[in-house]
Amino acid sequence: MGVEVVVEDLSKSFGRQAIWRDVTLTLPSGEVSVLLGPSGTGKSVFLKCLIGLLRPERGRVVINGVDLCTCAERDLYEVRKLFGVLFQDGALFGSMDIYDNIAFPLREHTRKSEKEVHRIVMSKVDMVGMLGSERKLPGEISGGMRKRAGLARALVLDPQIILCDEPDSGLDPVRTALLSQLLIDLNAQIDATILIVTHNITVARTVPDNLGMLFRKELVMFGPREVLLTSDEPVVEQFLNGRKIGPIGMSEEKDSATMATELANQRAAAYDGSPDQDVRGVVPQLEPTPGLPGRDAVRRRRQRVMQILHTLPEPAQHGILASLSRDDIERYQDWRRRTAGLPVPTPMPARRPAPARQEQPVQQTKTRPRPWRRGGAQ
Amino acid sequence: MTAPGRIIGGAVTGAFREFGNLFAMALDVVVALFRRPFQLKEFVQQFWFIASVSILPAALVSIPFGAVITLQLGSLTAQIGADSFNGAASVLAVIQQASPIVTTLVVAGAGGSAICADLGSRTIREEIDAMQVLGVSPIHRLVVPRVLAAMAVAALLNGMVSVVGVCGGYFFNVVVQDGTPGAFLASFSALAQLPDLWVGEIKALIFGFLAGLVAAYRGLNPKGGPKGVGDVVNQSVVITFLLLFFVNFVISVVYLQLVPAKGA
Repeated sequence: MGVEVVVEDLSKSFGRQAIWRDVTLTLPSGEVSVLLGPSGTGKSVFLKCLIGLLRPERGRVVINGVDLCTCAERDLYEVRKLFGVLFQDGALFGSMDIYDNIAFPLREHTRKSEKEVHRIVMSKVDMVGMLGSERKLPGEISGGMRKRAGLARALVLDPQIILCDEPDSGLDPVRTALLSQLLIDLNAQIDATILIVTHNITVARTVPDNLGMLFRKELVMFGPREVLLTSDEPVVEQFLNGRKIGPIGMSEEKDSATMATELANQRAAAYDGSPDQDVRGVVPQLEPTPGLPGRDAVRRRRQRVMQILHTLPEPAQHGILASLSRDDIERYQDWRRRTAGLPVPTPMPARRPAPARQEQPVQQTKTRPRPWRRGGAQ
Repeated sequence: MTAPGRIIGGAVTGAFREFGNLFAMALDVVVALFRRPFQLKEFVQQFWFIASVSILPAALVSIPFGAVITLQLGSLTAQIGADSFNGAASVLAVIQQASPIVTTLVVAGAGGSAICADLGSRTIREEIDAMQVLGVSPIHRLVVPRVLAAMAVAALLNGMVSVVGVCGGYFFNVVVQDGTPGAFLASFSALAQLPDLWVGEIKALIFGFLAGLVAAYRGLNPKGGPKGVGDVVNQSVVITFLLLFFVNFVISVVYLQLVPAKGA
């Protein structure tokens, strides 16, 4: 099973320039998390701090009880064996061909025979669809292929934590979708904790269990994906919909003058090319390829989320409840009734419910499960 | 503090920090030297590479170097009527001073710059990061074989440069200055002694270590992309040369204090 990664009050700056401050989040073990953020908000720097390549000024990154920010070099190398990291352009060793690149971790850390190494390497090469290219040098293949080869190398030791730095950059939409599927399948098979750093909205909406966003030198939010996907935060709204109007500008932040000009332009009804559609809202999550075992993480996450459900914002609650099966909702309502006298939220359409309809009276007695009847509570 | 003062202060602390980092990496390298498994393949490749780019330039530089020393000393010794000690003086100068320095200048200039450029480009391509993430120490895996290779090449090349330098001195003394071949050879052991050869080799080893270390240190810390790699290659050669002459001075002084000159 994957390993939990706990980040507490992490701050990093280069010289006087702060990158981000007081980032606190927990990557729950075995779950898939996505970190969003406009370009240049230090997402890659965050990843490098997670693996101890950069040392933050303050805060802790705890994995298996080891704090990566203060531990000795030797412990760091031990902890890193748990990681598989996909770098932005693969970071393959230029002097080795693809096969040797993928075999490198096996030859360094295991005592497997060359035959065994060959078997494992070829299975990973096949998995990323690169059969036939394994004897080429990294300089001789396209950027997308380098990325896939880098992923194969990251996976060869069956890591418990997988970090992906923009897996979609430089890949076409089809390959991105296939890669997302690959990551979900992997999660179903080896139950690794996965963190994906990206600005691809499709990936953010369909892949993760948890979703976070970095902006203006801090973590805007991090939590169950429904929270961010239904958020009313202007930054989130602008980012998810790819609009020009909003707090994010070409440079990191917009000043008020630019903002005023934009609003004036908008009022003058100049078509600015921003999509009208609001893509916020919870969409069904990507599932493992049929035939693979189901994701254990989904069950664990459901338990975790249901316990904190009443603390989440209302749109997120509706989104979560709408994605549950009828049985689960009943079990949840039952549990809530037993544990607290709080009002029970109800499933509603995920898309921004009208406030007037929210107080639908709950007919609790009728939704009780009736196992003695065929068809349950129908 | 005034602005210029702050700039100078920053530069001074920056220099100290760099030097401290270099020293820390030297310790890391020494510790990693004894860690198994030894990267034999990398060592042989690097050794072969450094040797192949260094041998010819080193030999070509050492001939005129030996010649100049002999010519200079030849005219001096002739003036004071000590012609017969010409060979002794030239051997002493070549073996103790000229040979290790020439060797290391060539190793640093030809081999070190290549090491620095190689590691620098790997760093900006994130290969070094990737290696660390895969749980492999770049110091152990990449730097130690290179430093060892530079040391070995320097020590071995030092022998060759000594021989070629002395031969060059002999040729110019005998042919150009009409010296006596017998006197040149016979005086070898008049002033020179075995420790002179040892200190020459030890210097070559230490200088080789420095050349490899500085090249690797600068290569692993480039600033800002491909241009930065060009800059660090340049710096690595300059820093090595500066360190080289300083360390040579220190070793020479210590040696002259510890080992009394022959006959003294």
